[in-house]
Amino acid sequence: MGGVERSIWIVHYDASSCNGCDIEVLACLTPVYDAERFGCIVTGDPKQADLLLVTGGVNNRNVEVLKSIYGQMPEPRAVVAIGACAYSGGVFSECYNVCGGVATAIPVDVYVPGCAAKPESILDGVLRAAAILKERRVALRSAPRNAKKGSTEEGARR
Amino acid sequence: MIFRTENLVAIGFVVLGPIIGGLIAGVDRILTARMQGRIGPPLLQPFYDLSKLFSKRIAPVNRLQVPFIVSHLIFVVLTGFLFFEGSDILLIIFVLTLAEVFLVLAAYSTGSPYAAIGAERELLLMTAYEPMIILTLVGLYQAAKSFNFYEILASTTPLILQLPGIYIGLLFILVMKLQKSPFDLATSHHAHQELVKGLTADMGGPVLGLVELAHWYESVYLYAIVFLFFSSSMLAACIGLVATFFFVILIDNVTARVKWQAALASAWIITLVAGAGNLVPFYLITRGH
Repeated sequence: MGGVERSIWIVHYDASSCNGCDIEVLACLTPVYDAERFGCIVTGDPKQADLLLVTGGVNNRNVEVLKSIYGQMPEPRAVVAIGACAYSGGVFSECYNVCGGVATAIPVDVYVPGCAAKPESILDGVLRAAAILKERRVALRSAPRNAKKGSTEEGARR
Repeated sequence: MIFRTENLVAIGFVVLGPIIGGLIAGVDRILTARMQGRIGPPLLQPFYDLSKLFSKRIAPVNRLQVPFIVSHLIFVVLTGFLFFEGSDILLIIFVLTLAEVFLVLAAYSTGSPYAAIGAERELLLMTAYEPMIILTLVGLYQAAKSFNFYEILASTTPLILQLPGIYIGLLFILVMKLQKSPFDLATSHHAHQELVKGLTADMGGPVLGLVELAHWYESVYLYAIVFLFFSSSMLAACIGLVATFFFVILIDNVTARVKWQAALASAWIITLVAGAGNLVPFYLITRGH
């Protein structure tokens, strides 16, 4: 697996999905798909995460929550939007409170298609994001050290 | 200054400790995965994780966090260094306690409510396992008449036969010390969730890397204490260590997390029944010698 980050700690956020994609995300951790083979582990702390998995569209309530989670994640980081809702709002896009896809709140690196997305394609999306993470890690190593503080400031909670 | 073998072993621990500890963690994760019917990560996964953590760019949440965590690491390494250097193991236990206190202080300093609950639970766990650690040392002294690692190591009779109850008690608190289920209530290991991340919540990147490194060092000398019980023959030592390691991981996989009340009560009951139940008769028998 050259060129791919080998340690990917994931924080999973359900924006406003029907839970279909969330169940498929959890399926990735089961013995059948075993995401830990690739070094993927789901963590609860955004400060320890490399990858943000978002399912569902963004609404007016959770847009700030999503930005806060993303802001707490240290560089290098990447975002994977899972399913039709995370892309455009999906079937909920016409709802009065839905802003649209994940990209309306934070920058997205990889879109995983499907309604609901299949575990195989979620793993594929995660590994594509892992390649992006690796690129960013290499780029960050050559970047000046004083650009360090950026990540926690935007999402400061207190 | 005369350079003794003990000094070499102690320096070897400082240099090789992370490698051995990381490999222990790697085998642990593969075994855990196999027990759950999964393939699991590569053996070197803990090293990938650590190198990733140190490459992350994150500002510490406050000015105190880094000094506390560095102190934690220093005192954990010092504990192991003194241990393998042949210092008094009674002293070592207090240095280890000091190391733990620094970790708890680092958790409190973050201001995160999850870290605060994690820190409280860690303190309760310390209260739970500390009596058994002292009983273990007293037991080892009573059997080998020494508080020195190498003199205990040189004892001719297998300590496991003299101190079976102490060993059971040690096994019990080993699960706590290694942050394994059912006693992983302060923080859970391997990035799994408990109270977000409990004790280590709000510690990211290099800071978490140092905590992880300290944990690897810690696991090495905890297994060295286990080794003492089987040190009379090399074969017994290998079997004893592997069996202990396997047992801890098995327990981790087949039990659910308990509440702190249960952790505290069960640890003290085991200490009293298995630990003191072994030590008191053993003391009365060996008193005259």
